[in-house]
Amino acid sequence: MNFAIMRSWLKPTAFAACLIPFGQLAYNAYIGDLGVNPIDTITRFTGSWALIFLLTCLAVTPLRRITGWNELIKFRRMLGLFAFSYALTHFATYLVLDHFFNWPAIGKDILKRPYVTAGFTALMIMLPLALTSTAAMIRRLGKRWQQLHRLVYVAAIAGVIHFYWLVKADIRRPAQYGFVLALLLGYRIAMKWVKRKPAAVARKSAVARAQEIS
Amino acid sequence: MLIRKPADIKSSEITPKELYLNRRQFITSAAAAAVTAGAALAGFEVLRPATQAHAGEKLSNIKKSSYSIDEKQNSFKDITSYNNFYELGVDKGDPAENAKYLTTRPWTVAVEGEVKKPKTLDIDALMKLSPLEERVYRMRCVEAWSMVIPWVGFPLSALIKQVEPTNNAKFIQFVTLLDPKRMPGQKPGIFGNVLDWPYVEGLRMDEAMHPLAILSVGLYGEILPAQNGAPIRMVVPWKYGFKSIKSIVKVRFVETQPKTAWNTMQAQEYGFYSNVNPEVDHPRWSQATERRIGEFLRRKTLMFNGYGEQVASLYKGMDLKKYY
Repeated sequence: MNFAIMRSWLKPTAFAACLIPFGQLAYNAYIGDLGVNPIDTITRFTGSWALIFLLTCLAVTPLRRITGWNELIKFRRMLGLFAFSYALTHFATYLVLDHFFNWPAIGKDILKRPYVTAGFTALMIMLPLALTSTAAMIRRLGKRWQQLHRLVYVAAIAGVIHFYWLVKADIRRPAQYGFVLALLLGYRIAMKWVKRKPAAVARKSAVARAQEIS
Repeated sequence: MLIRKPADIKSSEITPKELYLNRRQFITSAAAAAVTAGAALAGFEVLRPATQAHAGEKLSNIKKSSYSIDEKQNSFKDITSYNNFYELGVDKGDPAENAKYLTTRPWTVAVEGEVKKPKTLDIDALMKLSPLEERVYRMRCVEAWSMVIPWVGFPLSALIKQVEPTNNAKFIQFVTLLDPKRMPGQKPGIFGNVLDWPYVEGLRMDEAMHPLAILSVGLYGEILPAQNGAPIRMVVPWKYGFKSIKSIVKVRFVETQPKTAWNTMQAQEYGFYSNVNPEVDHPRWSQATERRIGEFLRRKTLMFNGYGEQVASLYKGMDLKKYY
């Protein structure tokens, strides 16, 4: 098998795979199989997939470090944009199907209902990240691009909280997302700590050497 | 996106009732025969379980009631496949799937506490306690969706009168079956129990005596399916759905306001009264509108779920924002 050919197929294949949930939803809608409460089904489905893609996107860096497979980075933007697409569909479902543009009710919901506020915050954070995801924007923003895109951590936390605050009693599913998110963020904190430590040791030994000299 | 409305045709209308009953009977007996044969071959003694729920059996002599509303009824499928019944699982589709575990024979209901004539009633006796009526009621879930359901049952007051409450009886507490084998949702998960089992609910005496409050044993003229709270459940149509406790095994007359399951779980969110009230929001979501299952646009939620004319007097002078 030619490696180069396999690689050239990898990204389109991954792209198609990311579309599977959308396809499944469209198919179920077409055959009229969205359950007794279709709007609720669509809302939950798109919301879950937005979270799954967001967490998958956050898993890229740890996986890359652990496996050493650096090419994984090429999928990160795509995963992030799919997370945004599912989140946007989720919000559009709420806006159009659930509340049918009842702006006063929607506005009140966003301001008064903490779980809606959290979800809306997550989406609003993801919006500029999606808009600045082009190569041109990356070039233009330079170092600030990375600073800006660290906001994805906030979006993910807000997204999981959004889910947690909406359930009535059974917290298992939001807890699962929360657990995965904690692992992914915990890995980053741990890495930062490990990286800083050798630097501190180096500084200390430099001080010691300086003292020796004097 | 095109959202298809669920078909208005009940499955029972597509296939003649006798035919599919025969078919069911055939399948059941064929399955029973196969099991018996299999067990006999394996050398087991088969105890024929006399416990099967009679869901789907036709109920006879059902009277019409003037308390029924004239609104488009939700389909049998809607009502039996979209349920909040955490004892059979937390997802809406779980109860229908786990209904098979909830055997409803034998079944007794103990009526006790502040009464002159405490009794333990067998379910078959209970079903003959009072003439059965069809009551087509609106059902408003606290999650802001609603249905129109043709229940079959009898007034709760008929049971109350039989046991002759004492003067001390101010409230009634109702208790659901506690049996994790028959109610798999009662098995603790990694975060413990979803609710404090058994499920308990309560009504004030005058609420319980109100002619709208019924004990239901059927649906669409048939014996109640397990996922809807078989073999006997309460229906209090002016309150949020969770007040209408399912699969009742105990009715206790008490002097003080009893504990209720959701109130114990989250007191700020679920009050003892839990009357449908568009002006008192659930702390986390609005109760001003609701989605009638099968409809696209939300409807305005009605005070006391549209039963204000009949029940508002029960709460005269009460601050319903305080007693939510």
